[in-house]
Amino acid sequence: MATTDIHIHSDVHHHGDHDHEHEHHEGNFWTTYIFSQDHKVIAKQFLITGIFWALIGGVLSVIFRLQLGFPESNISWLKPLLGGWITADGKLDPQFYLALVTMHGTIMVFFVLTAGLSGTFSNFLIPLQIGARDMASGFLNMLSYWFFFISSVLMFISLFISTGPASGGWTVYPPLSALEQAISGSGLGMTLWLVAMAFFIASSLLGSINYISTVINMRTRGMSFTKLPLTIWAFFFTAIIGVLSFPVLFAAALLLIFDRSFGTSFFLSDIYINGEPLAHEGGSPILFQHLFWFLGHPEVYIVLLPALGISSEIIATNSRKPIFGYKAMIGSMLFIAILSFIVWAHHMFVTGMNPFLGSIFMLLTLIIAVPSAVKIFNYVTTLWKGNIRFTPAMLFSIGLVSFFLTGGITGIFLGNSAIDIQLHDTYFVVAHFHLVMGSASFFGMLAGIYHWFPKMFGRMMNEGLGQLHFWLTFIGVYLVFFPMHYIGIAGFPRRYYSWTNFDTFSGFTDLNMLVSSAAIATLAAQFIFLFNFFYSMFRGRLAPINPWNATTLEWTTPRNPGHGNWPGEIPAVYRWPYDYSKPGAKEDFIPQTVPYSETPESNLPHETKLIKLESSNGDNAIIVEGSH
Amino acid sequence: MASTSVATAPGRSEWDGGSSPMGASYGKLMMWFFLLSDAFTFSALLITYGLVRSAHKAFDYTGEFVFSQNYWPVPEKVYEAVPFLEGYALPLVFVGIMTFILIMSSVTMVLAVEAGHRMDRKAVEKWMLWTILGGVAFLSCQAWEWAHFIHGSHHGSAVAEGTTFFGANLVQNQYGPPAFADFFFFITGFHGFHVFSGVCLNFLIYYNTVMGVYDRRGHYEMVEKVGLYWHFVDLVWVFVFTFFYLV
Repeated sequence: MATTDIHIHSDVHHHGDHDHEHEHHEGNFWTTYIFSQDHKVIAKQFLITGIFWALIGGVLSVIFRLQLGFPESNISWLKPLLGGWITADGKLDPQFYLALVTMHGTIMVFFVLTAGLSGTFSNFLIPLQIGARDMASGFLNMLSYWFFFISSVLMFISLFISTGPASGGWTVYPPLSALEQAISGSGLGMTLWLVAMAFFIASSLLGSINYISTVINMRTRGMSFTKLPLTIWAFFFTAIIGVLSFPVLFAAALLLIFDRSFGTSFFLSDIYINGEPLAHEGGSPILFQHLFWFLGHPEVYIVLLPALGISSEIIATNSRKPIFGYKAMIGSMLFIAILSFIVWAHHMFVTGMNPFLGSIFMLLTLIIAVPSAVKIFNYVTTLWKGNIRFTPAMLFSIGLVSFFLTGGITGIFLGNSAIDIQLHDTYFVVAHFHLVMGSASFFGMLAGIYHWFPKMFGRMMNEGLGQLHFWLTFIGVYLVFFPMHYIGIAGFPRRYYSWTNFDTFSGFTDLNMLVSSAAIATLAAQFIFLFNFFYSMFRGRLAPINPWNATTLEWTTPRNPGHGNWPGEIPAVYRWPYDYSKPGAKEDFIPQTVPYSETPESNLPHETKLIKLESSNGDNAIIVEGSH
Repeated sequence: MASTSVATAPGRSEWDGGSSPMGASYGKLMMWFFLLSDAFTFSALLITYGLVRSAHKAFDYTGEFVFSQNYWPVPEKVYEAVPFLEGYALPLVFVGIMTFILIMSSVTMVLAVEAGHRMDRKAVEKWMLWTILGGVAFLSCQAWEWAHFIHGSHHGSAVAEGTTFFGANLVQNQYGPPAFADFFFFITGFHGFHVFSGVCLNFLIYYNTVMGVYDRRGHYEMVEKVGLYWHFVDLVWVFVFTFFYLV
């Protein structure tokens, strides 16, 4: 973990009237780096764990891409890694193929893009950008990480057990996931999956509740909601979505545990295995799908919104322009957050649901295109005529916008309940969500790392390597996922071990070889990032206080902020976070901490009026503005 | 509110930073958001219950009600036993007593919170003890009810005809389809676990009060926060009672 945190201050005031402890204390190694309650250390713990999982998830995907792209090849050279999962004739075990797909999905969706993304950046940026000493409850925050850690350990163990990890797909639909006889992964592997997810949900809830309370209660003086950076708005909405949707998955997981282990029949009915009827009756597997997707769809936005917030911030900073449509950005995120709860059944169009109900869910689904388009146009108009600096973070943010658009457009196809009959469970779906949710969020995460690395570790990452990393990954991602659209429209089902047995599909072997080769190259490119990340952590150029000339509060802290973030008093906030290239201003950015009274040259008329409010407030004074 | 504010504090309303909006501490906010999320867990369970129940045939109220695997039982025929009065059909009397106990413990919790506002340690101790007693009494009643449900009744009308199985477990059920017993155990069990956690928290609060922790701290807000949880558990029971026992 970070070894560069030096504590340069000794005097920290308590923040406001909060009676909990944020005082600075020199801990030993264990309290500073392991069981730390400092939000910055916890963020780094989430980040490192997330990177670890991303690497595993990526390797798993390359292993199954080998099977898909080169089904005839002999992969017995993987025996040292996979052991018995390579069959005698050098092929991947078909059951293990399903386990690989399942674990790739689970790891990427939950462990990397939920915990790794939200856990890292919500933790790191919320206190720094709203001007707080730490999270509302440092203890619960620490607990949140350690629950995630326990969950990670359990999920990791499940990769190595002899019956294999869970194999029923990341959506763990019963009856496949509920019956041990169904597939070997539905034995101990599935049990570990469910227990790990229970811990994961607890971790996510502890984190989310903390984020929400911190944003509501701990903002510094002057930091009204309309002066919050869009990152914070995004994390705020993400946390609310998490608090409302994860408990439903929790309920579903508990019921599934009972079905699996205690003989109940919540999700099971009328099942024959090997000609023998099972005792289970009265339940409904479709019910599980409803419960699962009531989390599952909001989960998509839990993954995506933080990335959108991060890219908003980075694009404005590096275009040297105010974000276009600040309130429209917030409004569209709010609208997306609300809609995310009432569209879940579009994952279930072909489960035999009433077509009329399907058309309602179709309508609601297609409406999501409106706020999404608002966001894309706002990104583009922010970039328009800006003084763009192509830092790696900026490149990755622009890449995110590109994926969000490409993947979002195919979402309009898939949201159609009629077209979905052809496209569901094909590679078209795989291409769609890997672009719009997987790659876009992943790019948001990388952008965030490149942008806030100087604040996290006090050093700069190498820009050239970052740009190389971007181009290889950007081209690689499109090479992987674009051909999948064609494969999918042709009717290729996802999750199949092999299609070369079918004449219909053997024409796509070359396309699959391309996809697999690109996947291998893209994974290889990530090692450039890993080298850059760990090398820069120790050997990178020392970062200036404000390397990107950004306006937000985190850049007013020392180079390596200690526990408590600001050595003296927490700065007050006077303006919104997007005063870039303001006409008349001395520099092309005005930090949020600069009062209007100090910038008469650039103030707009209504801002000049605010000057007297700045100076009229003493202690405890709350003056109701009467001028409007 | 900000004790260290300088002359140019830009706040105009309590939402402008530097203060806790609506005077709510972060701890109370956390409890509220936790309860919100817990409400979704219970909602998911109750909706699941509703959907499975509606997929089963209901008793059509023609003729005498008997337990049968063919239709969902009428709850008041299932829960009509009261300790020491076995053999009498007293529909929902016992669960009514349980509900009354739990609601009364919510009332004593309110009194504890009110005493906390007055910084009256003795009164907080008294009302917390009554609340804990109410919680323990509810759990004991639930234990009896579960035991009775599991073993079945050998007297009166509770014996199912045409089957030798008495009582219920997660797989078999004398009262009706197995799902009925599954949901009974799961939902009341999940709620009972919440009550149990609440009793533990209440005891912790009681202990801290006796040890003078809150007097030293200068306020009894912890009583209020745990009180929120306790009221929530009570409120959830009202829904469980309505959907599982009444309708």
